[in-house]
Amino acid sequence: MPRMEHPRDAIVRVTRSCICGSDLHLYRGLVPDTRIGTTFGHEFCGIVEEVGPGVEKLKRGDHVLVPFNIACGQCHFCKQGLFGNCHEVNPEATAVGGIYGYSHTAGGYEGGQAEYVRVPFADVSPTLIPDWMDPDDAVMLTDVVPTGYQAAEMGGIQKGDTVVVFGAGPVGIMAARCAWLFGAGRVIVIDHIHYRLEFAQRYCPAEVFDFREIEDMAVFIKKQTDSLGADVCIDAVGADAAGSALHSLFGKRLKLEAGSAIALHWAINSAKKGGIVSIVGVYGPTGNVVPIGNVLNKGITIRANQTSVKRLLPRLFEHVRAGHINPKALITHRMGLEEVPDGYHMFSAKLDGCIKPVLYPNGGR
Amino acid sequence: MPSFITKQQKVNPATVTGWGVDADPRNDPTYPYRDRAGDEERAMTWDRPSLQEPRVEVLRSIEHNRLPAVFGTSVPPRGLSGSIRRIAFGYSESDWRHWLMLLAADRINMVEGVLGDLLQGRIPNLPAEMGLRAEWKHNKTGLVRKAAVLAAASALALMLLSRRKRYRR
Ligand SMILES: NC(=O)c1ccc[n+]([C@@H]2O[C@H](COP(=O)([O-])OP(=O)(O)OC[C@H]3O[C@@H](n4cnc5c(N)ncnc54)[C@H](O)[C@@H]3O)[C@@H](O)[C@H]2O)c1
Ligand SMILES: [Zn+2]
Ligand SMILES: [Zn+2]
Repeated sequence: MPRMEHPRDAIVRVTRSCICGSDLHLYRGLVPDTRIGTTFGHEFCGIVEEVGPGVEKLKRGDHVLVPFNIACGQCHFCKQGLFGNCHEVNPEATAVGGIYGYSHTAGGYEGGQAEYVRVPFADVSPTLIPDWMDPDDAVMLTDVVPTGYQAAEMGGIQKGDTVVVFGAGPVGIMAARCAWLFGAGRVIVIDHIHYRLEFAQRYCPAEVFDFREIEDMAVFIKKQTDSLGADVCIDAVGADAAGSALHSLFGKRLKLEAGSAIALHWAINSAKKGGIVSIVGVYGPTGNVVPIGNVLNKGITIRANQTSVKRLLPRLFEHVRAGHINPKALITHRMGLEEVPDGYHMFSAKLDGCIKPVLYPNGGR
Repeated sequence: MPSFITKQQKVNPATVTGWGVDADPRNDPTYPYRDRAGDEERAMTWDRPSLQEPRVEVLRSIEHNRLPAVFGTSVPPRGLSGSIRRIAFGYSESDWRHWLMLLAADRINMVEGVLGDLLQGRIPNLPAEMGLRAEWKHNKTGLVRKAAVLAAASALALMLLSRRKRYRR
């Protein structure tokens, strides 16, 4: 049982907890200051077990969804709606906010792939799950849905725009789904895992392509867009990208750069002049090789961030209720907490049609 | 394998649920930054939340001028990896040495973890921790291939080793 450390803490008994693409960066050792013995997991919901004297909005027994970012709600950044960039929650780094179970570089908090979690500033981000909402949908609102939504939002999509999403993981699939809500005219998804492409084709819906069938990504996207390039490119892959032997050698094996940035490279070079590249794929802090000269020459705007989950929740509740987004359709595997190693392996190796695995600690209740 | 390139896949936006409901021509690249002109001191200061009492060692980025209000208390720095982490925090987040030392500490910490387990008489169940059960269930051919490659490589290595021995004689 975790300890209360602050009057505004709560202790939450976890009912659902996902494994995320971000966890794979930890799992593969790409995030510095990942100490042996910390619990992973930043996407969870659960029952409030105990609240500190400073917590006003929550009470024991409430079923809450807990956004992955810890936020104070009062600092310079929280006031800007940048709840993923709070300044009062991470001593180890100023460039990252506080994230549950995401190494000491994100504040050294214990994560939600556990039975109980300490939740700081419990009445800022954690949100009551409404009666009408399935907790399976709720747990997807702690990260995946808002991240996909923000990826599309940061794309500044205008009606009729062609949007290319790199990555057909849960985040990329959600970004492609949300691109339509912003009025995209065409949505294209790129990956190399066929079952994921087929899922995206149906679910988003989107035109999908296997990058292994494509000789040159920039040429291919230009051919698709009257030789101009895409209006908006979204990087929903991050540091574990496949598709470039060189980047994989330097970034993933030798760790001379912070993983492989080939998806970002493609995004920059496939966007039109004056286009927008929206990055939600996560990279390490040491730096990557990307064609920054093209960003300048083409006048590309890059927008990126950790998702500000709390800012987006009210609108996303409406979308779930209206049936515009069906989050739980992404869940392919449900398992007990003790099966977590198999969950990681299945998600990481892309086995058995895995899109999103969810753990049910405490029997899901 | 099916080809996606040759398939006709165009989607008609008019048929997509929720199309355009959040379209907003004002969604420009500076959003969501609010206008701060009306805020006192442009919101550069704020009423701080009450402060968590540190009860374990917490390393602090030198880019912070003070300890943030709350922080995680998991796994304080310990042992050799901990000493390296302490040194790493003498450099800023903008300095490569900071991150390279932390990455090195992570690797050392892994060895410390396994040694710690062994010292306590716990033998880490690596196959289970690496999800071998899932691999066996859903990727038998892959697993068998990996095992075959491993066996062939070991056989080759043994062969080369024994050859070298013979040369020496
Ligand atoms: N910004 C945020 O707040 C935030 C939140 C959640 C996740 N993320 C990040 O988003 C990324 C995706 O997360 P996920 O859960 O969907 O992960 P995932 O690992 O399931 O999906 C990544 C997908 O990218 C594909 N891929 C690999 N190389 C590619 C390439 N070169 N081009 C196109 N596709 C490629 C993989 O096959 C995989 O299907 C991760 O980097 C994750 O850390 C960011
Ligand atoms: Zn996540
Ligand atoms: Zn804050």
